[in-house]
Amino acid sequence: MSYPPEFLYTKDHEWIRVDENVGTIGITDYAQKELGDIVYVELPKVGDHVTAKESFGTVESVKAVSEIYSPVDGEVLAANPKVQASPELVNADPHGEAWLIQVHLVDRSDLEGLMTAEEYEAFISQEKAH
Amino acid sequence: MENRIRYARTHVTRNEDLIFERTSPGKSGVALPPLDVPSAPANQILGANLYRDDVEGFPEVSELEVLRHFTRLSTWNYGVDTGLYPLGSCTMKYNPRVNEVVARLDGLATDHPYTPESLAQGCLKVLYETARCLAEITGMDAVTLQPAAGAQGELTGILMIRACLAERGNPRRYMLIPDSAHGTNPASVHTSGYEVRNIKSNAQGCVDLAELGRAMTEDVAGLMLTNPNTLGIFEVQIREIADRVHARGGLLYMDGANMNALVGVARPADFGVDVMHLNLHKTFTTPHGGGGPGSGPVAVKRFLEPYLPAPVVEQTPDGRYRLDSDRPKSIGRVRAFYGNFGMAVRALAYILANGPEGLRQTTEDAVLNANYIMTRLRDVYELPYDQPCLHECVFSDRRQAARGVRTMDIAKRLIDYGFHPYTAAFPLIVSGALMIEPTESAGKAELDAFIEAMRAIAAEIDEDPQFVLKAPYSTRVSRLDEATAARTPILRWKPQ
Repeated sequence: MSYPPEFLYTKDHEWIRVDENVGTIGITDYAQKELGDIVYVELPKVGDHVTAKESFGTVESVKAVSEIYSPVDGEVLAANPKVQASPELVNADPHGEAWLIQVHLVDRSDLEGLMTAEEYEAFISQEKAH
Repeated sequence: MENRIRYARTHVTRNEDLIFERTSPGKSGVALPPLDVPSAPANQILGANLYRDDVEGFPEVSELEVLRHFTRLSTWNYGVDTGLYPLGSCTMKYNPRVNEVVARLDGLATDHPYTPESLAQGCLKVLYETARCLAEITGMDAVTLQPAAGAQGELTGILMIRACLAERGNPRRYMLIPDSAHGTNPASVHTSGYEVRNIKSNAQGCVDLAELGRAMTEDVAGLMLTNPNTLGIFEVQIREIADRVHARGGLLYMDGANMNALVGVARPADFGVDVMHLNLHKTFTTPHGGGGPGSGPVAVKRFLEPYLPAPVVEQTPDGRYRLDSDRPKSIGRVRAFYGNFGMAVRALAYILANGPEGLRQTTEDAVLNANYIMTRLRDVYELPYDQPCLHECVFSDRRQAARGVRTMDIAKRLIDYGFHPYTAAFPLIVSGALMIEPTESAGKAELDAFIEAMRAIAAEIDEDPQFVLKAPYSTRVSRLDEATAARTPILRWKPQ
């Protein structure tokens, strides 16, 4: 699966797509592969605040429970009900239908430290080498 | 005569229905004599609110059927008593039978926890002596035996840190945990009201001092560290780590899950640990798994003693034992009565049967066994952190993953070779981890058989990865659908 060039990526393997001041956040294809079959997704409620670099939820697979870190500060506008009902969507379509939350961006400067698709692919090929 | 039996399978190797599915209406395991008093309807005597009339599908079976059902199931078990159980981080070691002999002594097995102190001197002495031995082994000053398992020990320890710092004026906000830690550590921290700050390990798999220096602020209550860590590697900079935590007013908690690598050789108190837990069901040969029950004593330095859970067993000047419940700074009770007393009995039996030399030898054998496995498998499985290990070694499935076979698949195939799998996919800092802990209990012949099995599987993966991906072949059921079981769990049997 390729990494969409219009997304930005974190070292903790989340992606964010920004439209105006709304950010849509999910986990990457690399993350879902490493986790294996995902069985449960826990997300914040609409109206909650998420903080950059802090955990906003968890994904649980048959192997492990992992925190999901927010790339940005903001208020939660939507939490994807589809992935909560069918967590396997995260394995099937991590960059599309299985987006996790949408946030109202407070400060666009949060985006500055994130990686482009190209940088992220270089980053994960290093991770794989370890 | 021609052998006409083409395919023979004895009935005991068949898969087993649930006891609920074996029901035969009207059958019963007991025959009661006829009533010689007037019958009284239970629902009228108890009242409708206490009477349950919806018991449905209760199995109706004979005594012999029940006996056979559970006896057959018991023969399917794989345990330390049947073979090597190299589950890393779990220390599945042999439980010497002398422990069981001692635990069954009349006064110890049958005493009631409400027995008055004057009549329970023997049991109190067992608690006192167990705590004293654990204090000597860890170098710490005081021990509580109350926590029922390791994770409860962690919670107890962190609550004591919180109580101590609160009394100094500020309980602080964060607890540092390395990224190689056991999953229970962040859970204990969170439950104690702290927030977790992860610190990344360095290239040697140990705490990165620079990273620790940055993270260790006046807002941080302390560091929760496993030593040796989950890679089986001793934190060689432990003194420096402790100093940095202490310099900013924090406390050092040690997760003692891996004490099997240290007993009789190194004492955590000497390298700067303030509070730690032990797992009697790992290091001190009390039963592990199948409900144990566990036992997670917590050992502390003197300055934390006032916060220990109450009561604490003391020795009076005339040599008698008493329970001290008058402990105003105590974090309170964490477990009914005195913890899992039977486990203290077994651990004490183990400690005294071995003595200091025996315990040290145990540690050395555990470390030797792990290094033997590491050395004999490193040419076929990748060793991501290449250095001598202590009681366990951790490989990565990277070479096998290139052929589509992951650690879990290798673990499943190992079952066909007659071994319990190692710990798969932990610690998380190794991609596709194979975590192997043979313990001191395995002899050389058994280690060699395990090594041969692991090498044979590596060869199979080179030749025919598809074959390994479908393992195990020798079990009653092969690959269970873990994902569906977790996504839509069916937690109880219901009639069709």
